[in-house]
Amino acid sequence: MGENVIKAEGLTKIFNKSLVAVDHISFSVYDGEIFGFLGPNGAGKTTTINMLITVLKPTEGKASVLGYDIVKQANEVRKVIGVVPQEYTADEDLTGYENIMLCADLYGIPRGIAKKRALELLELVELLEFKDKRVETYSGGMRRRLELACGLINRPKILFLDEPTLGLDVQTRAATWDYIKRLKKEYGMTIFMTTHYLEEADALCDRIAIIDHGKIIVTGTPSELKDSIGGDIIAISVKEDVDVTEIIRSVENVKEVKKEDNTYWIKAEKGEVTAPVIVEALWRRNYTVTRLSIMEPTLNEVYLEYTGRAIRDVEESKESLRIQRITLMRARSR
Amino acid sequence: MSSLDEFNPSLIRGLWALTLRELKKWLKDPVMLVMFILQPLIWMGLLGKSMNIQGLFLSSNLSNISIPNIQIPGSLLNPPVNGVINIPGTLISKQLQKMFSEIGLNIMQNTFGVSDYFSYMAVGMVSMIVTTTTMFSGMSIVWDRRLGFLNKVISTPVSRAAIIFAKILNATFRAMFQSTVILALAYILGLKLSSTFTWINIVGVYAAIFLLSVGLSSIFLAFSIRSTRMERPMQFVGLITMPLMFASNIFFPISLMPSWMQTIARINPLTYLTDAVRQLTILQLEPSALIVDFTCLSIFAAILATIGIVLSWKYLTK
Repeated sequence: MGENVIKAEGLTKIFNKSLVAVDHISFSVYDGEIFGFLGPNGAGKTTTINMLITVLKPTEGKASVLGYDIVKQANEVRKVIGVVPQEYTADEDLTGYENIMLCADLYGIPRGIAKKRALELLELVELLEFKDKRVETYSGGMRRRLELACGLINRPKILFLDEPTLGLDVQTRAATWDYIKRLKKEYGMTIFMTTHYLEEADALCDRIAIIDHGKIIVTGTPSELKDSIGGDIIAISVKEDVDVTEIIRSVENVKEVKKEDNTYWIKAEKGEVTAPVIVEALWRRNYTVTRLSIMEPTLNEVYLEYTGRAIRDVEESKESLRIQRITLMRARSR
Repeated sequence: MSSLDEFNPSLIRGLWALTLRELKKWLKDPVMLVMFILQPLIWMGLLGKSMNIQGLFLSSNLSNISIPNIQIPGSLLNPPVNGVINIPGTLISKQLQKMFSEIGLNIMQNTFGVSDYFSYMAVGMVSMIVTTTTMFSGMSIVWDRRLGFLNKVISTPVSRAAIIFAKILNATFRAMFQSTVILALAYILGLKLSSTFTWINIVGVYAAIFLLSVGLSSIFLAFSIRSTRMERPMQFVGLITMPLMFASNIFFPISLMPSWMQTIARINPLTYLTDAVRQLTILQLEPSALIVDFTCLSIFAAILATIGIVLSWKYLTK
């Protein structure tokens, strides 16, 4: 693991002196990883990102990005990060190219370099042929890609992505994931992202923090998290009509065995290692295994285990709900 | 990869980029541009031309008033004469007509400062367009905020001052441009320039417009930067423009107003802008009046801009 590039200690944001959006969270993001904040609506993901990108000042606690304090050295932080907000922020009346150049001007990147880079980035996100079209005419996926290109104009060391695929269709989402993976691979960029899509966190993130009610509940790699709820499910069928539950139970790492008709449902840690051991134990006693399958728990189970099944009647701020609504509306407008 | 040295996010660069963005948006929407000019043009064309006050005193309006012959007993005259003096009505009518148009011209000159109402009120339209333009441009920040553009901009290292000044500069530029169009149209429609008008006066006109535009747009920026919906500032503008216009010298001289209204008109910055522009174009230039106008405009601009910029700054760096 590389060094810490983001470090938060007791970061807290309280709105209007009573609404605790982020409640004393601490975490570290390592160099070169994709770190995901996963949580339901109103969990405090966007508020956290907004503090890290210096748009909001924390009420309490502190955080640093690449060693720069997010409050005291906000301007230094702004220079080294790239931000792709949840909303479509590009100006609809301007063309894609004009939008990127505007971003370049805001970062004060010399014109010559900016022009070259803008074209490179437009090519990267496959918008080069639409560069002189007004953003108004772009589809949701194209807009998202343009946002990505704008966020990369200053060659950031850390990229912040807030709900990068909110409202996109399946194909566009997959394409966006590919871009994000390429950024990590080709540029060694550290990426901090928030999402409430489980499969997105699973597919992209090296490490995930599950956040709810403004607190981090658990942090780990996707597989660590899956292991944490008790391992894999192994299903085994045996030819002989004899109960072999006890034999299976005696195998190391097996936690629970349930027999249903002719199939044994086994909850075990490290399923791919345990399953051959079970098969061998049965084979030694001359039982014939006719069917075997190993199922990893999905992040779904992990997520529900930690955040609970109750449907959220979100007490989110009006503003963030409105932003989501507008983003969804615009993503689906074409 | 990147080094910090490549960044030079100067105030000027950011200001220029953000202002250019606004101007591009503005030019790409010619319909709005025309609409903004159309409103004062309609006022000017319809009200300015139909409120033909000097026409009330025209001799043609008196020609069909029939004045009977007047007979005066000679004994009443000084010195008395014998018999009855008969003055023909037509003679009196002719005399009156001549006197009336002279009196009328005098009244117009004394109250309005010029002899035609159209010129008077056409210049007032500059104040109207400055108010509406600056208010609406200041309000465009509501959209920037709603659509996330503002959040995006404040996450970049661009100077916070550039964000505020770009809005103010853009509003001011628009106000100046539209005032130019309005004055040019007024000239085509028959605005009469005074004998003291020289081309240098135009600089003064722009200076006056600049001062008020900066003041009004900053205060509106601060006012709307906090609202999430366009409706509220819109209603506010709708509510405030009418009284601002009527409680000023845009349509009628302050001296004709009741005293309570005069008080309002005297603290209304539009009064001073209108008067300054009139002094510089259609009136016989009175340096002392112009100095008062510019002093008041500067004070208004300084106060409004300070409040506006401080409040906006507070919001952006919260």
